[in-house]
Amino acid sequence: MITFIARRILWIIPVLFTVSIITFILMHSVPGGPWDRDKRLPEGVQARLNAQYGLDQPLYSQYINWAGGFVQGNLGPSYRYQDRTVNNIVADGIGTTVQLGVMAFILAVLVGIPLGIFAALGHNRWPDYLSTSVSVVGIATPSFVLAILLIVFFAVQLRWFPTSGWKGPQYWVLPTIALAGFPIAQIARYTRASMLEVTRKDYIRTAQSKGLRNRAVVIRHMVRNALIPVVTILGPILAFLVTGSFIIETIFAIPGIGRYYITAIGTRDYSLLMAMTMLYAFAVAFLNVIVDVLYAYIDPRIRYS
Amino acid sequence: MATNATVLEGRLAKPKQSAGLWSDAFGRLRKNRLAILGLVLVILLLSAGLFGPIVAPWDYKVQDLQAIFANGNRPLPPFSPGHLFGTDSLGRDLLSRMLDGARISVTVAFVVQIVILGIGVPIGALAGWFGGRLDNALMRFVDVIYAFPDLLFIILLSVAFRETAFGQALDGLFLVFVAIGLVSWVTVARLVRGQILALKETEFVEAARAIGVSDRRIVVRHLLPNGISPIIVAVTLGIPSAILAEATLAFIGVGVQPPRASWGSLIADGEKYVRGDPHLVLFPAVAIALALIGFTFLGDGLRDALDPKLKGKQ
Amino acid sequence: MERPEGDVPAADLPSIIELSPDEVRRSRSDALTSAGVVRKADKLLEVRGLKTQFFTADGIIQAVDDVSFDVDYGETLGLVGESGCGKSVTALSIARLVPDPPGKIVAGQILFDGIDVLSLSNEAMRKLRGKEIGFIFQDPLTSLNPTLTIGYQIGESIREHMGLSEKAARDRIVELLAKVGIPRPADRLKDYPHQFSGGMRQRVMIAIALSCDPKLLLADEPTTALDVTIQAQILELIQTLSSEFGTAVLLITHDLGIAAGMCHRVNVMYAGRIVETATVDDMFENPRMPYAWGLLDSLPRIDDIRGAKLRTIEGMPPLLISPPDACRFGPRCRYVRDVCREDEPELTVRAGEGHLARCWATEPGGWIS
Repeated sequence: MITFIARRILWIIPVLFTVSIITFILMHSVPGGPWDRDKRLPEGVQARLNAQYGLDQPLYSQYINWAGGFVQGNLGPSYRYQDRTVNNIVADGIGTTVQLGVMAFILAVLVGIPLGIFAALGHNRWPDYLSTSVSVVGIATPSFVLAILLIVFFAVQLRWFPTSGWKGPQYWVLPTIALAGFPIAQIARYTRASMLEVTRKDYIRTAQSKGLRNRAVVIRHMVRNALIPVVTILGPILAFLVTGSFIIETIFAIPGIGRYYITAIGTRDYSLLMAMTMLYAFAVAFLNVIVDVLYAYIDPRIRYS
Repeated sequence: MATNATVLEGRLAKPKQSAGLWSDAFGRLRKNRLAILGLVLVILLLSAGLFGPIVAPWDYKVQDLQAIFANGNRPLPPFSPGHLFGTDSLGRDLLSRMLDGARISVTVAFVVQIVILGIGVPIGALAGWFGGRLDNALMRFVDVIYAFPDLLFIILLSVAFRETAFGQALDGLFLVFVAIGLVSWVTVARLVRGQILALKETEFVEAARAIGVSDRRIVVRHLLPNGISPIIVAVTLGIPSAILAEATLAFIGVGVQPPRASWGSLIADGEKYVRGDPHLVLFPAVAIALALIGFTFLGDGLRDALDPKLKGKQ
Repeated sequence: MERPEGDVPAADLPSIIELSPDEVRRSRSDALTSAGVVRKADKLLEVRGLKTQFFTADGIIQAVDDVSFDVDYGETLGLVGESGCGKSVTALSIARLVPDPPGKIVAGQILFDGIDVLSLSNEAMRKLRGKEIGFIFQDPLTSLNPTLTIGYQIGESIREHMGLSEKAARDRIVELLAKVGIPRPADRLKDYPHQFSGGMRQRVMIAIALSCDPKLLLADEPTTALDVTIQAQILELIQTLSSEFGTAVLLITHDLGIAAGMCHRVNVMYAGRIVETATVDDMFENPRMPYAWGLLDSLPRIDDIRGAKLRTIEGMPPLLISPPDACRFGPRCRYVRDVCREDEPELTVRAGEGHLARCWATEPGGWIS
């Protein structure tokens, strides 16, 4: 098990390496540079800045410089926010971004799984229809649409929550729901399908033949087994939460790191963009390892070796 | 469940082997009400995409300045004379712009899947058929792509090539297809590989080999037709993801280029006016919702119909 | 993964002692007394006119159609027939485990130990299941929950029904595992089903079924999924333990040979109905229904000429959606006559103790004597 985890974690290294190379090449093939402003800087100033930041060197040595810094934890200077390093920017925002992602994940699991279970237990009755309706709304509403609708109804019309910002718990509600909407629907759909599958299993009949209470049959025998396949979609869902957070951060003006992603592309802020991509890639890869470990933990038949 | 009940049900099913997999699947699909609803929505979307510009009351980029001026330079509300869905702040007819958006969504839905198949099928088939080192290398590559934060990558690609000729092609749509396709082919590649690996072991391939049929012929004539149903399902369920990705790109302003508008960019434009004129956001949002629901229901239905055993596993 | 345990060689288990019917009855009442089974009714199980149907899109399947039989305290009764004849559904009906929907018990009465099972509340029925009625299913690979330890799975019904302390419950689980022949039982409580071989898993199933000392054991094809050598061990185990505990067994099988070795009496089912009922000896010496002959004939024999084809019964049983008012075996019967196609025979008395058969041809005055 430990070798399995170690191997999976080591596998992240080549992934990150490939991601960094591709991003680096793509980024530098974008026309323009970090010094393009509304008012063009004089040629001489640009050349001096390029020399100062090493942007006059050939691409491969720029990459080596960047990678050397990255390995030592130095993400480089920000070209846009010249008084700050990328490390500062990331350190300031990452807590907020992680908080948003974790809250949305917890909400998605806490709502999605029970919704799926109740739908399956009340198969073809009202709990099923309620759950299916929620799922349909969830898959049919992109997170940015959900965000706008939530703002219009709950912030503008009802004035229950603020429209934007991140200054306290009441600010957290709408962004968390907006980000969790799609995952809730997906988790509920998978849980329902998986529960319906498990209901037909022989070991459920065995459990019933023991004269167990219905609740024990459902919780111990059905839900536990039904959740095993659900764990497999947690990987893609976590990836969605990680990469989807930047749109939500932009709409709600949340001071996380996600909202820098688009501005970094727009302003050719090379080092910030690299840092963001690497962070997201690492998060996705690492969370997938955790999901695999969790999978082995809840299904005793799987023992990675 | 292995009781007699299921045995009985199994025996009750009339022998339909001669009718074949497809008509059997169609029979099951027809009984699935959600799948039929999905099919209807998909057909609606397709007709809107195909015939939209013909039936559209206005050209999508024409501004009805008079009407807008008469309304105090504000977007016209729905059910205004001449503008069933109202107009945007520039006086452009919302219905006509949404019909053009439908054309974009339909194109994205299908062209992206073609790109995905074009990359995923050959890679998966090569890996599965030849196995060994080639398989290993290809699958490691697939793993890397799989770990990519795909939406970010799509955005980066879109921005990177935006100013090039290739980025300008088809009002920027060409780039959107390629960007979404480039990050989405891994599922299909894995599926194709798995199917080929499974089918390679079956007897009729042995038989075909024994009588000296060439490798290429075995793959094209025997393996692909047999392994095709999970791929059809994956492609159908990939369509809503592609539509969603395109809408997201357009929403953040890196997809299709103005004056053309996809549903995502209509929502982005309408966001500013959402307090006074919510229809500018709601109508395109409903359009996206119906398209996503349509393809998702149809895909789920196809999955259940083509392979009842797969139910709930995808 | 741990290697699955091998099964205990057959030689380690006590062999079956051959007894005459009278001796069987005497030894049964002795066993009941020593096992402390108290008779509360004339018979342990009385099934009367049971009808169980499945409501499907294609129509109503009459899986069990007017079935009646008794099981005495401590008796082993065989229920024999091809797959799909309704024997498993009969067992599920007795424990009220027929999946509903689509299944439903639409008519009949089931008296278990004097209790009218079909009129019990769900809660009262639940307390009967697992405690008074144990169930062994066909496939030990799928009948155990893969994500729970076997110790937990055996302990569930003990904790639910016996009110033992945690320590006493654990002791009982270990004792049961030892009884069903699992080596080093105390070390295996924390193991999962996939760490056991098929035969060992069926032993675990038996431990579960017998965990609360039930009066009736419903064994639904308990050995069909197992290797032949392991089949014999499992059957002997069921036989040994049921006589030790005084448990009556309803043994469901498609194999008359198994029924012959295990049972006191045998019911043959065909297409949802009982077509013949007799003691094992009568059934083998003087079967009175052509279907039973077919079943007996299809048993492979040691003295078969090598290379001879296995005898099978030609054709398929009828669909149970709208069974005809005729002998249901008629279309496959070599001795069929017009009367068989026009009218369904009743179960009527034949020579021999409690010997009934449903056949025009073997009734007095019939064309087979």
